[in-house]
Amino acid sequence: MKRIALVGMPNTGKSTLFNRLTGAQAKVGNWPGITVDLLSAKLLLGDSMVELVDLPGIYDLRGFSEDEHVVTTFLRQQSVDVVLVLLNASQLERQLQLYAQLAQFGIPLLLVLNMADEAAALGITIEREALSGWLGVPVCLVSAKHGQGMEQLRGLVVRALRAPAQAAPPDDAVIEAALKSAVHVPAQASHRLTEKIDRVLLDPWLGLPLFFGVMFLLFEAVFWLGTPVQNALAAGFSALRAAALEPALAAAPPLLTGLLLDGVYNGLSTVASFVPLIILFFLAMAIVEDTGYLSRAAFLIDALMARFGLDGRSFVMILMGFGCNVPALMGTRVMRSRGLRLLTMMVIPFSLCSARLQVFLFFIAALFPPRLAPLVLFSLYVMSIAAAMLTSLVFKRRFVNNDPFVLEIPPYRFPTLRQIVLRGWHEVRHFLRRATRFIVAGVVLVWLLTHFPVAAAPGGVDTWAGHLGSWLSPVLGPLGIDPKLTIALIFGFVAKEIVIGSLAVIYAREGGALVSAIAHDVTWVQAYSFMLFTLIYTPCLSTIATLRSEAKNAAFSVVAVAWPLALAWLVSFAFYQTARHF
Amino acid sequence: MSLDATPACTLDLLGAGESGIILALDAGQTLGHRLAALGLRAGKTVRLIRRARFGGPFHVRVGTTDLMLRAPDARRVQVRRA
Repeated sequence: MKRIALVGMPNTGKSTLFNRLTGAQAKVGNWPGITVDLLSAKLLLGDSMVELVDLPGIYDLRGFSEDEHVVTTFLRQQSVDVVLVLLNASQLERQLQLYAQLAQFGIPLLLVLNMADEAAALGITIEREALSGWLGVPVCLVSAKHGQGMEQLRGLVVRALRAPAQAAPPDDAVIEAALKSAVHVPAQASHRLTEKIDRVLLDPWLGLPLFFGVMFLLFEAVFWLGTPVQNALAAGFSALRAAALEPALAAAPPLLTGLLLDGVYNGLSTVASFVPLIILFFLAMAIVEDTGYLSRAAFLIDALMARFGLDGRSFVMILMGFGCNVPALMGTRVMRSRGLRLLTMMVIPFSLCSARLQVFLFFIAALFPPRLAPLVLFSLYVMSIAAAMLTSLVFKRRFVNNDPFVLEIPPYRFPTLRQIVLRGWHEVRHFLRRATRFIVAGVVLVWLLTHFPVAAAPGGVDTWAGHLGSWLSPVLGPLGIDPKLTIALIFGFVAKEIVIGSLAVIYAREGGALVSAIAHDVTWVQAYSFMLFTLIYTPCLSTIATLRSEAKNAAFSVVAVAWPLALAWLVSFAFYQTARHF
Repeated sequence: MSLDATPACTLDLLGAGESGIILALDAGQTLGHRLAALGLRAGKTVRLIRRARFGGPFHVRVGTTDLMLRAPDARRVQVRRA
C-alpha cells in the first residue's frame, strides 16, 4: 500500500486536514524507532487504498527537538511515496523555508496551502500555477476547516502517486523569486477584528481580570453541565445493576457476585463516569485553544509562571485540574517541550479536584462550626496551589524546558462544530482505551483487600485492608490518621468519590449517624491532617493511569506517585505534630 | 536622512507601536532557527505591539505573523528603529 505523510508547521490546521481527508477514522500506531504515537488512517484515493500518516507539527528540520527528530526519522526510515507539505497560505513568506528543507529528502512533495479563506480575507492573492511552476511541485489551495479545495487535493495526490516527480530543492533565490511573482501581499495585511479584540482582551489592566473571568465561566459551565450528566450516568449504572445484573447473578456464589459487581462492574462504571467530564472539558479546551485564546492566556500569565519553570499554558491546565485532573493531564499535549510537559503533569495532580472537594465538604461539615467552614475550605485551596508551586520549584531543574518560549499568536478563529465534536470524541476514545484495564484492575484489587478474609466484616479492621491499616499505623499514626481512616485512604487511592461511601462501610453507619460517629472518633486536628493527606497524595487511579499513558515513562510515573505521597506525609506530619499541642 | 542616523538597539527596547528593521540575531542555533522559522530574519521589519504586565512577554508582528517572546529572547534580536 502506498503511504502519504502529512508534514507542516504548528498552527497550520494539520489535524483538521487529517480529519477532513480521513473522516476521523484514525488509529494510533507505533513505529520502530519513534517514541511518540502517530495517527494514521487508510483511505480510498482514486481506485486504491493508501495510508495517510500525520507527523508532528514542526518549525524547522535543522534543530534537535523531539518532534523534529520524529519527522526526520520517519521520512528516512519508512517508505513514503508522497509528502503533503501543509503551509499557512497567509504566511508563505516564512513557511516556504520548511518546504525547501523537506525537498532535501528526495521524496515527491505536494504543497498544500491551508486557510486559503483567511488569506483571501487579508487581500493576499496566490497564483497557484505560477508558484507551482517556480517550485516544480503541484500546489493546491484549500480550507481544511470548511472543506474547500479537497477534491482538487485528492486529484493531485492521485496524480502524484501515479507519476511520482521529484523537484530539486529550491535555494533562497528561487524562493524569493517565487514569492515575488506568485504571492501578492498587500502592504497592510492585518486581521482588523483580531486587533480590536486584542485591544480589550490583552489590555494591560483588563487583560488579567478578563482571563480569570473567562476561565471561571468555562469551569463553571463544565461542571454545571457535567455533574448532572455524571449523576445520571451513575444512577443508570446502579439501575442496570439492580434490574439486570443482580438478578442474573443471584444463583452465583456471593464471592463471585461481589467480585464481578463490586469489583469489575464498579470499576467500569468509574471509568464511564469520567466520560461526560472529558467531553465537556475538551469542548471548553476547543473553545479556548481553537479560537486562539490559549496563546493569549499564555501571554497574560507568563510573567508569573516563568519563575516556576512553567509557562502560561501550564497555568490554564492547572486551573482545569481544579475540575478534574484527568482531562487536564491529557490537555498538556499542546506543549511541545517534553520537559515543560512533564513538569506540568507533575504539578496538575495537586489541583483540588471536584472529587476531593466532596470529601472535604463532608469532613468540614462534620468537624468544624459553620462559621469556620469557608475558611477551612479556602485554606485547602491555598495548600493545593502551594503544593503545586513547591513541586515545580523542586523539579524545575530536572525537567528543563528546552523549547524556546516563542509562540505564534494566531488570529481569532471560530472553531466549527465538527472540529469540536471530533476533538471530544478522539479524547474520550483515547482515555477509554488506555485507562480501562488499569482502573478495573485497581478497583478489583481494593475490593479483594477489603473483602478478604471471608469471615471478616467487609471494609472492617479484620480484613486485609484493616491489617494493612494497622501495619501502616507506625507510619500514619504520627499524622493522627487511625487505622479506620487509613482504610478510607486505601479506598481513596482508587477514587475520591468512594471515600465517604467507604467510611460508611467501615463505620457501618450512614448519613447523620456516620457524621456523629466520626465527630466522636476523631479530633479536628486529626481531620484536618487527614484532609491535607487526602489533598496531596495520589488523586485517584484514573489520574495515575493517565499520567502513565501520557508520559510513557515508567520512572516518571513512579516519581509522580511517590513524591506526592512523601510530600503528603511531611505536610500532615508537620501540621499534626504542631497543631495537636494547641 | 540616511539609515545609519538611527542607532541600533535590541527588540526589547522598542516602545509599543514602534517598528524596527532586524539587523542580526544574536541567538544560538536552536533559538536562532526557531526565530527564523517564525519570520524573524535579518532585513525584515518587526513591530512591537505591546508588552504583558509584570515584565511578561512581548507581542510583536513580523509580516503577517504575530508572535510572543520573552525578554531574554527579545534582547537577542538587534534592530534599527524604522
